Parts: sequence; structure tokens; C-alpha cells
Amino acid sequence: MSARIARISGSVVTCDHAELFAMGERAAVGHVGLVGEVIRLTAEYCYIQVYEDTTNLQAGEPVAPTQTPLMVELGPGLLTTIYDGIQRPLDVLREQSGAFILRGAEAKALSRDRQWLFEPLQEVGADLSGGALLGQVQETSAIVHKILVPPLVCGHLLKIANKGEYRLHEPIALVRKDNGQEQELYLYHHWPVRQKRPVNKRLTPDIPLITGQRIIDTLFPLAKGGTAAMPGGFGTGKTVTQHNLAKWCDADVIVYIGCGERGNEMTGVLSDFPKLADPRTGHPLIERTVMIANTSNMPVSAREASIYTGITIAEYFRDQGLDVALMADSTSRWAEALREISGRLEEMPAEEGFPAYLPTRTAEFYERAGKVQTLAGDSGSVTSIGAISPPGGDFSEPVTLHTQRFVRAYWVLDKALANARFFPAIHPLESYSEYGAELVSWWMQMSTHWQRDREELFNLLMEADELKGIVRIMGEDGLSDHQRRVLLAERVTKEGFLRQSAFNANDRYASPKKQAYLLQVIMQQVRALLGDTGTIEDARERFQLDGLIRLKDEIASDDADGILKWQDAP
Amino acid sequence: MSESLKEKRSDPIIYTQLECIEGPLVALLASLSGIGFGEAVQIVDRAGNVRHGRVALLDDKRVTIEVFQGTAGLAMGGERTRFLGRPITLNLDVSIIGRRLNGMGEPIDGGPPLAGEAREISGTVINPTARSYPDEFIQTGITGIDVMNALVRGQKLPIFSSSGLPHDRLAIQIAQQAKIRPDLSAAVGTGTSSEQELVVVFAAIGVKHDVAVRFSEEISGRTVSFLNLADDPVMERLLTPRMALTAAEYLAFDLGLHVLVILTDMTVYGEALREVATARGDVPSRKGYPGYLYSDLASIYERAGQIKGKKGSITQLPILTMPNNDITHPIADLTGYITEGQIVLSRDLSRQGLYPPLELLPSLSRLMGDGVGEGLTYADHMPLMEQLYAAYARAEEVRMMTRIVGEEDLSEIDRCYLRFAQLLEQRFLAQGFSEDRSIEQSLEMGWRCLGSLPAKELTRLSQDEIEQHRSMWEGADDVKAFTQEEDTGRE
Repeated sequence: MSARIARISGSVVTCDHAELFAMGERAAVGHVGLVGEVIRLTAEYCYIQVYEDTTNLQAGEPVAPTQTPLMVELGPGLLTTIYDGIQRPLDVLREQSGAFILRGAEAKALSRDRQWLFEPLQEVGADLSGGALLGQVQETSAIVHKILVPPLVCGHLLKIANKGEYRLHEPIALVRKDNGQEQELYLYHHWPVRQKRPVNKRLTPDIPLITGQRIIDTLFPLAKGGTAAMPGGFGTGKTVTQHNLAKWCDADVIVYIGCGERGNEMTGVLSDFPKLADPRTGHPLIERTVMIANTSNMPVSAREASIYTGITIAEYFRDQGLDVALMADSTSRWAEALREISGRLEEMPAEEGFPAYLPTRTAEFYERAGKVQTLAGDSGSVTSIGAISPPGGDFSEPVTLHTQRFVRAYWVLDKALANARFFPAIHPLESYSEYGAELVSWWMQMSTHWQRDREELFNLLMEADELKGIVRIMGEDGLSDHQRRVLLAERVTKEGFLRQSAFNANDRYASPKKQAYLLQVIMQQVRALLGDTGTIEDARERFQLDGLIRLKDEIASDDADGILKWQDAP
Repeated sequence: MSESLKEKRSDPIIYTQLECIEGPLVALLASLSGIGFGEAVQIVDRAGNVRHGRVALLDDKRVTIEVFQGTAGLAMGGERTRFLGRPITLNLDVSIIGRRLNGMGEPIDGGPPLAGEAREISGTVINPTARSYPDEFIQTGITGIDVMNALVRGQKLPIFSSSGLPHDRLAIQIAQQAKIRPDLSAAVGTGTSSEQELVVVFAAIGVKHDVAVRFSEEISGRTVSFLNLADDPVMERLLTPRMALTAAEYLAFDLGLHVLVILTDMTVYGEALREVATARGDVPSRKGYPGYLYSDLASIYERAGQIKGKKGSITQLPILTMPNNDITHPIADLTGYITEGQIVLSRDLSRQGLYPPLELLPSLSRLMGDGVGEGLTYADHMPLMEQLYAAYARAEEVRMMTRIVGEEDLSEIDRCYLRFAQLLEQRFLAQGFSEDRSIEQSLEMGWRCLGSLPAKELTRLSQDEIEQHRSMWEGADDVKAFTQEEDTGRE
């Protein structure tokens, strides 16, 4: 008795013998064994979303249950690899089938041939619980990969391998579990993607994730273990900002999910990252990066899965006590994949055709971020940063609105700024971050002026915005001299501090010190300018504002003290 | 896979009973085994005419077919429905260059049927690890594109236009002038192949007859045309761009040619998709377009690019007309999210008689940053572009203000910006239909435009960059002459 395909509608396939399947189970569909996942069961039929193109599939072809949910493989070999949405390594697929991805292609996520130098850190006889340290592997020059007991396993360590080279399928430890059964442990294990990995407890995020982007770190900071969303219409620089965060942020591991975006962009990451060095460690950025690419023309259901594949990998590195940053570009495409599958299931749509469970799924995803105490007692974090692509740049659409409820930093990308090529085009008045207050004490160690400078900068931006409203109606002549100085000061802070060029080698990454000092120097000049009583026409020269604006480009990120020297020079 | 399918079934399956006809869809009531999802279908009606279709929905009781030529004239009995045992394909060999075909890929130039290997038109996904990142500058000879929004080989850069604007003219000019400049590239060994002229694959999707004729006549030389005209069957429009891209992939990745694909008009394509989706009963999202519009458009646009180890490339230049000039319309919006930038045409500038009427501020080329600069074009290219953009954006603000407060109340600096914008539009952007400017000429014009601004306004440039180019604008005669013209012209 085996199940047969009864109906095919795009990526959703229906088969009979529903009693053979369980919800969320992975199924092999058709003669070629396309990967699918059970998403609905009725008395008669089983509905399966298929992660590959269903063209040519025929009614009557077999469907086989696999007894396991959709899983990812977690172990050494993840870093530097680029996967598709269901964790098939794209470079291996390319070796198998050339430049184009063929249907039904199959490849193990982690190489079984590669040998890893395992170093045991436990003695035989130890009583171990899930998450306990077994040993370690130097995975790349940047990252030491800790080999942990899988979360749900605990028992008495009977054997552990000596230091030496092992392949993934060679056991490195043997434990006797509480029920008396013995279980072999390997360098890797499997974990279902839709299930979050257990932790001891959650901690309050109180350390900033330094991104090197001034407008983010100084005005709208993000904490390690925090969540941020970045809505913006097309051309406002979402992807460039995500790339900049992935390049320069001070997380230990980056998980970059290209979810329904352009193929060339992922290629860009692949060609850039090996060449760029991590500003903290000097190692190539690629060595701390895992990529998941499900480009816009890849099957839509795999796009839905890619977010979960990514966050599960992020949690796995977090459990090793690392700080992980996850970028998802773009979560709107993930929501659209939900919508498309929901439509194929003929579910009742809620807003704009999206299913009613969109907010629940969004919340589930962002809640998997956080700073935690791991099972082993270490501290680790997953920071999630999601880009949103609102249709027509309309921020009142469901995905933007629901996401806004579940994130604590919200960076609005503004079309007008982007049109003037002012990048990062994060709107300084519409964006916000709830982490600002929690991170003050950290920043005060950089510069004791930080809090005051930052507040004055905010006030200046707001005041100038009001004045611009007046200018729009009355012209600049309607302003007093002081008001004109405010506008000039605002321009200096925007051009000299908030704007940051991704192409300028000095400017693309700003260390916290450089940011704090630059803010200090600029705000000091601004105060002097605002308190000035001389003519406004020559204020630019007198206060050397042009030099101030160029300061960020001329002083390298590691020469933060050079900024204070500039201040002393005049 | 298609091979295994063919082995299983050498003879087409033929049925004679239709169960239901609804819009462009017909259904057959039969428990059919051996029929694949997406399989190509031929329906021979009672008059003996052949219509083409595709399996759109498949279950154990019936088969639903989309008929590309429409269902008018079909009846429930007497039709012969043939299942071809394969998805829709296009025959390809080198003789396709120079051919004129209809939207289904059938010759309409009186030539012989297409020969060669049959390829599935739905295409397969290029593995991102196999792509080679586009970074080779294409000189289009159009200043507003080359300096401000450079086109790069392997890019997909749409033209966002509206009815009545000269987007066809512009596309033709680009197709005629576009060339690679190997002399600029620092990379050694790019060889002379780069100097080959681009092969143009032209897909007309529901365009007017005279537009199609104009394209066919003006893009002479090595061209393949797929023409679905405004009065051709709507369903065929879903196939036309895929036919064209299948041909382009063959030319680029099998024959190693550099291909420029022009797709016009993608708005009509989107409307055809909506029509079919509605008939199928798909849940609509924005403006009645189906939720999968994004994925569907992506399956077309993502078929641009270059592949490592293969010589050719596909550069896409889709054209779409924004209904009511609305850039937030779903088709323009989703296209903008998929493509690597957009060239926006402005009705205001066009009304002023300016050609090409490029609206600079919303236009963007995402791949420009990697395709220009030292060793690709010139080191001053990026900073100049950024400065021109910043100044033009400021000038637009001043213009807005002028409309309210009048020109008299403007400060001296603001007047400079107005003059700069005038100069930029009249001298830098405007050019003739057949004026082919080199990148060197274009860059120089850009620097000259900056001459109308005081140096201290140029905050996007470093001191060095300003000094290096000072000679270009100080004493730039055309600036002075232009300023005087303006002043006298205003009287």
C-alpha cells in the first residue's frame, strides 16, 4: 500500500492514503523524489508543499513518507558554504549538474569526505546532559567550532575519541543514556527546522551589536540578541545596508539569507566576502559566514523554508556561546510565499490575500532571536535583522505592520534620501530603537559626552525639520539668523555624520571610538555655531564646516584619536 | 525529467471529449494517467485549426488546460485533444538569428520551420554559485545613462515609462549604440570578442503593429524577433518572453554571444497573467493581480546574467508603461524589486521637448558601483555621479520652493542650483536620436555642469578631486555662454 499523487496545483501536491503521513513530515514526491513537506491532512488526502518545480509530475506517481520532519544538518562545514532554502549546498549541486539547477538534485548539506581535526575536551566517565561540551574543531581560521552533545541527549560518557582527524560519519563518542540505551555521537547532528533549540534561560540584551554604520550605532542602535526590521521601497538601499551590516557588524558568525531576492546579489556576496577582512580579527569575512540563497526564481516553498533553515543554523552557533547575526533579505518575499501556498490550499485569506496566521508566524520567527544562557551555561545570542519590501512603498501593508509589532529597532528607509543618493537612507525622524536607553552606559565608556551629544543631535534634527516646513512656505528669507544657523548645523550633521559611503575605504566602517569622537567634535562645532552672533554668510569658513564634513572620509577607522587632534588643531 | 517521460510514451495521447469550457480554460473529464503537470497540449477544433495549450491543473478526476489561442469556437464534442508528452519547447539552432517569429515561436517571415534541438521554455534556475558577477561597463552612448546609471553586461535594467513617451526610441538607440569598451578595462585578455556587436533578441508582448514594425526595421543586423501584437491571443503573451529568453540563453550560453534582450511591454504581460489567474480562480492580491506575480516576473527577469566559464551574457532591457504614471502600480513596483535598478522617463521633461527625458532622481543602476571606476571606466566616475545627484536633488528642492516663494526671494546659492539644473538638463541629458557620445565626452560634460556651482558646495568630492578637475570648468566657455543665454533669454 503506497500513496499516489491525486492532484497537482503548482507547488502543492495532494496524494491519497493520508493515514501514512504526519503533519510536518518530509515526503519524497514522484519518481524523482522531489522534497516535500506535509502541510495539511484530511480524512482522505494529504497535502504536500513541494520544494522544487512540479512541472512534468504526473497524477498516479508515488509519494513516500520519510518518518522525519524537515531537518537541517548541523556540524563543522557550515561556514563559508552557500545553501539553497532546504540546505542543499549549491556548490556541490554545481559540480553535479553544471550551471543550472536540475530538479530532484540531492546532496548532503555537510561533506562526508572532509576530515576535521577533533580535539576532545571531556573525560570518559563524565555525566553529560544536552548541550554539554564534548570537544572542538577549528572550522575556519576565524571560528573554533564547539562539538556539543545534541540538546535532547544526556547520559554517561562511555567512550570519547582521541585527538585526531575524523569524518562526519565516524563516531567520536558513546554515551549510555538514562534508560540504559547506548548512543553514538558524531561531529554533527540533525535538528528539525521548525522547532526552536532549547536554552537554559533568556537574558536581557545589554551589549550593542556594533555595525560600523553611524546612523545605526549612534541613533538607532541594536543590541546583541535584539531584533530589527528595515522597511523600504525598491531602490532605497535595503540590500546594500544588509550587506554592510553583514560585512562590518561585530558578531562572531553571520547567517545571511537571500530570501526571494536577486541571484546576482548572492553572487556579489560570494565574490566580495572572501576578499574583505573582518575589521576586528583580520580574517576574511567569508570564514564567519553561512549563506542561504533562495533567489526569486527558485521554488516558492523553499523560500518559505529558507528563513527557518537560517534561524536554526543561527541557533546552533549560538548554543556554542557565540554571538550570531542573522540577516533576512527580504521577509516580505517569505510572507508572499506563505500567501501563495495558502492560496493553493484554498484557505480563507485575511488582509491583502495573506493568510490569517501571518502575524503568528512573524512573531515566531523574531522570537527565536535573543540573548540566552545556553544549556552549557555560556552566554550566546542571535540578532535578527529583517528587510521588508512593502508594495508601492506603502508602510501600512500587513507585513510591515505586523513585523513592526514584534521588533524593537525599526529603521525606515526613505525614498527621498535614496533619490538624493544619501546613504544609508535611514530616515532620522521616523526610525526608532528601543535599545537606545539600555546601551547608554556602554557608550559612555567611549565618550562621556555621548548621551548629551546624541540628545542634542536628535533635537537639532527635529528643530530643523520644523523649520524646513516653514521654508517650504515662506522661503529661507522668512527665517531669523538663528534659524538659518540651525539649518546649516543640521546640514553639517547630516553630511558629516549621518551620511556614510560604502565605497570609501576610510568611511565604510566606523569604529565605536571614531563614531563617538566624531559626534563629539561635530556637536561641539555645532554648539559654537548656534551660539555665534556673527554673520551667517561666512560662518562656513569661520567654523571650518567643510573640513568638518570631510573629516569622516579623511581619518581612518582605526585612527579615532586623529579626530580629536583635528579639534585641537584650529 | 523530460527524458524519462519521452521514453515512457512515444505516441501522443488523444482525447475527444471536453467536459467544461470557461474563459481560456477547458477541462477534460477523465482519469488520465501518464499526463504531466505543465505538459504541452494541442487541440484540433472542428475546422481543423490547431490551438496550443498547457496543463494547468491536474487531479485524479480531470485535467484543466489553458488554451493559448482562446476558447472561442470550441465545442464540447468533436475536438481532438493531443497531449504531447513534453512541456512547451522551442527548437533552436544557429539559424534562428535573423528570424521573425510569432509569440508562440512559429515563423512569420515566410521561412522554413525552426530546426534544431527542442528546449523547454520555462527555463531552469542559474545556480548562484555559477553566476559570474556583472562588472563590465556597457557604453550606451547616452550620457544620462552612462554617467548617472551605467548599464553593466549581464544586468537587467528596465525602462519605466508611460504611454506617449519615447521609450521605444530610447530602446532602439541603446540597441544600436551599445558596445563594450575593452580599451577601458584594465583586465588583460578580455580579447577582441568584446568588440562584437550585441545580438538583439526582441520580444513584443501585445504591442501595437507599427511599434513592432519600427523595432524590426531599425534594429538591423543580428536580431531574433518574437512578435505578439496587440490583437494576438492574450494567453500567448505568457509564452512570448519565455520563448525569447530561451532563444537568448541558447545564443549566450551555447554559442557564446553577448545578447541584449528587449521585452516590451511588461505591463501587458502582467495584465495577461491577471486575466488567466482570474479565470483560474486564483486569490487576488493587489489590484486583482495574483499573489504569485512577483515569482512569475522573477522567473523572467532572473534569466539575465553571466555564467562562469561561458563566454556569452544576457543583458535585459524590459520596457513597461506605468498605468497613470504610477510607479507604485504592482507591475512597476514588483519589477523594481526584482531588477537591478530602473531608468524612469519623465513626462514633464518630455513635454519640454527634451530627449531622452530621463527622470534622474528615481532612476538607479544597482550594479553601477561595481561596473565603473578605476580600471573599468575612470576613477572620477563614481564621485562625479554622486555629486551630480546630490546637487540635482538640491536643485529640485529649490525648484519646488521657487514655485511657492518665487525666484526673487532666492538666495544667491539657490540661484546657482537652478542654473546648474538647467545646464544639466539642456546640455548633459539632452542629446540627439543618433548622437553617440563616448564615456569620456559624457564625463567631461558632467564636470562642466558642476562649474556652475561654487566649489565649496561640492561636499561629495574630496579636495583632490576638485583640484584635479578645476581646469575643466574654470573658463568652461559653454557654462558662461549658457549662463548669458539664459540671462538674455529671460528678458
